[in-house]
Amino acid sequence: MRQTTIFLLAATLTCLIDITVSVAVEPDEVLDDPMIENRAREISSELRCVVCQNQSIDDSDADIARSMRLLVRERLLAGDSDDQVIGYIVARYGDFILLRPPFQANTLALWLTPPIMAIVIAAVALLYCRTYQRRRIKDTRPHRLSLADRRELEALVNRFAAVNLAPSPHNSLSNEIKEGLNPRDPDANTGEGKPNGDGTPRPA
Amino acid sequence: MIAEIGQYVLIIALVLAAIQSVVPLWGAARDEARLMVVGDRSAIAQAVALLIAFAALTHGFITSDFSLTVVFQNSHSLKPMLYKVSGVWGNHEGSMLLWVLVLALFSATVAIFGQNLPPTLKARVLAIQAMIGFAFLAFIIFTSNPFARLSPVPLDGTGLNPLLQDPGLAFHPPLLYLGYVGFSMAFSFAIAALVEGRVDAAWGRWVRPWTLAAWAFLTGGIALGSWWAYYELGWGGWWFWDPVENASFMPWLFGTALLHSSAVVEKRDTLKSWTILLAILTFSMSLLGTFLVRSGVLTSVHTFATDPERGVFILAILAIAIGGALILFALRAPGMKGGGLFAPVSREGALVANNMLLTLAAVTVLLGTLYPLILEALSGGQSRVSVGPPFFNATFSPIMVPLVLLVALGPFLAWKRGNLRMAFGKLVPAAIGAFLAIIITYLMVPGGPALAPLAMGLAAWLGIGAISEWSGRIRLFRSHPRDALRRIHELPRSASGMTMAHLGLAVMIVGITGSSAWRAELVTTLVPGQTAEGPGYAVTLESVIEGRGANYIFERGTLLITDGGRPVAKLNTERRFFPVANQTTTEAGIRTTIFGDLYGVIGERGRTPETADAWTVKFFVNPLVPWIWLGAMLMAVGGFLSLSDRRHRVGAPRRAATALTKRVPDSAE
Repeated sequence: MRQTTIFLLAATLTCLIDITVSVAVEPDEVLDDPMIENRAREISSELRCVVCQNQSIDDSDADIARSMRLLVRERLLAGDSDDQVIGYIVARYGDFILLRPPFQANTLALWLTPPIMAIVIAAVALLYCRTYQRRRIKDTRPHRLSLADRRELEALVNRFAAVNLAPSPHNSLSNEIKEGLNPRDPDANTGEGKPNGDGTPRPA
Repeated sequence: MIAEIGQYVLIIALVLAAIQSVVPLWGAARDEARLMVVGDRSAIAQAVALLIAFAALTHGFITSDFSLTVVFQNSHSLKPMLYKVSGVWGNHEGSMLLWVLVLALFSATVAIFGQNLPPTLKARVLAIQAMIGFAFLAFIIFTSNPFARLSPVPLDGTGLNPLLQDPGLAFHPPLLYLGYVGFSMAFSFAIAALVEGRVDAAWGRWVRPWTLAAWAFLTGGIALGSWWAYYELGWGGWWFWDPVENASFMPWLFGTALLHSSAVVEKRDTLKSWTILLAILTFSMSLLGTFLVRSGVLTSVHTFATDPERGVFILAILAIAIGGALILFALRAPGMKGGGLFAPVSREGALVANNMLLTLAAVTVLLGTLYPLILEALSGGQSRVSVGPPFFNATFSPIMVPLVLLVALGPFLAWKRGNLRMAFGKLVPAAIGAFLAIIITYLMVPGGPALAPLAMGLAAWLGIGAISEWSGRIRLFRSHPRDALRRIHELPRSASGMTMAHLGLAVMIVGITGSSAWRAELVTTLVPGQTAEGPGYAVTLESVIEGRGANYIFERGTLLITDGGRPVAKLNTERRFFPVANQTTTEAGIRTTIFGDLYGVIGERGRTPETADAWTVKFFVNPLVPWIWLGAMLMAVGGFLSLSDRRHRVGAPRRAATALTKRVPDSAE
């Protein structure tokens, strides 16, 4: 156990140092046929360097990554299809080698959570649209202030009246307050400080 | 001696944090100003104490005091001064000290400049900040003491990772922490509001500047880190979906959502409990990021298990902070009903959709990052999978496409009830631009992936959409230019900031598309003087010289890049060997133009006798790649521009309030 840990640490460390050395694919690995070389690169970027932290064999300079790159090219030259090459590598190293985890029992939650979440979000959004429509129809009539709000407003009016030395009927402020008491726009009243405490609109 | 002072003030800071987490809370509950003011004073004192501690550690690094374990492990007498200083936070202990220092500085800012906050809210915010600070100070003192001494004193240090000897990386962690820890303010405000049971538009106005600042810093920090990876790691990639990168990207995604939903709270006084939840989640991601990077859990669950002390400590902090916050949220949020009704098609509606998509994206990244760890832990190491870039590219991009489509549309919709037909009418130029971009890209670059022209169209849609919204607001084409200039001046800076950030996103998409779709490379071996035909260019290895730098020796290769015989660029690329650390780094030679980068590196000299004169040469054409960082810069600058908006300036709410009370008697006369 302890030895495994030390091995893993050492392997990771070499890998970290190797990252810094240079880019991965060496000139002597590059195949003459650009088509096959491109396929090899595509496959390499899907395969994990087993001793590294989150690096593909295409990016890693570790020796094992190099031998895996050579293996991929060897299989491609032997006439394998892309899937066959990946299958060959997975058979040797296991699913851990795949940077795109396969869709199977232990990755169901990984692959399905985002789409399920998207569907749930879409459903909630649809539900909101429908309740909004319904509430709009119900809310088209203006509603009155609750008793508590009315009292608070009256207190405010009185306070302002005390400040105003010469109250006039054309005072814009008192007009505004009156407008506030009898709103014309139904939506304008649904903000904070709901018209009434229990949340249900009352008929005018 | 100085290190002991640092140790001493660190403990004082811990005690102050303990006091500050209790007394103001108690004062707020009993509404006693005398107790609440304790929070202000101890917040300021704590910041001063931590500044002293940080200065003490910096002194240790500058004077190369190798009796300090941290300095011995992370510094070296031969290191350039800049990197001695940046070495302070280039290690675990020092970076945690920087973390709490930034936290304390933010708290002190609230204490000093937050006079217009309601006293109980301020007291509670400071108490929550102090609780976070207490947890991390305890973590530092008990598991990661930066002032631990060594005996006998070593003669010299063991150096610093030469990879970190780079200005890009030296300033990347402080920026990142300003972002991470900045979100603690949103968190503390959210918890304080839950305790108070009160969230209103004013709360939104107080939270917003903090979120904006944290977001802009984090944007800058992530961009700087990615830029560093691009030019330093040596293979021209700039984002690897590495868990460490994801750790900073998750708070960014949630933080972006928070930024937008706090605008709704401020302007329309609705979406409150959602915004609170987002504030909690954003900071939780910051904590999680700290945990992932600092606990060693990423290397392997096994390494985590062999040295669990630090990891378990942070895990406990994580569980208490996130769990506690979410329980409080569950208890208090249902009581915070209210908020204006809005139509599905409205500015609020668009912002909710933005929030949903960003949350979905963040959850996807979170899932992909943690899934291998969770699976390995649950199966006892039996079941292991890798989640790498192919997974993230496959799941992340489909979420981003509708988001980007929406970003152009949202600002055209009115609050409460928008008019979709009118909004689309105003987007006609954007649609035409997108169409042209698709056609032009398709015709100009026939060989690339089929999706690339569509992505360019998307960028054009967003960019032109953002600009036309802004130019519509200043009536650029419908009035005299002088009038338009005046309107630019009168336009709230937050509006211009938003346009700039959205434009930045468009620019970034161009860069991402260009660099990932049309990248071309040449990998070969060259003897000095030899030429190879690369993609679009011929590459000549002119010379390779050897030399000595500050604390390394180098091989410098000069690559001459020609296009049809005409010289285009000369790239100087270095392989540096650091004897102290026994490590080699690569400095890429990069020629940047607005159209993209020419990127060259030399590798090792050949190993076999026949190839002993030849060097490995790698040459990349990275089209449009500078646009990525240009875009990120626009986003960050847009954030700061928005931050400088009148209404966020400290004290603005109070001034507005006094102005109002003054005006009332006037209008009566």
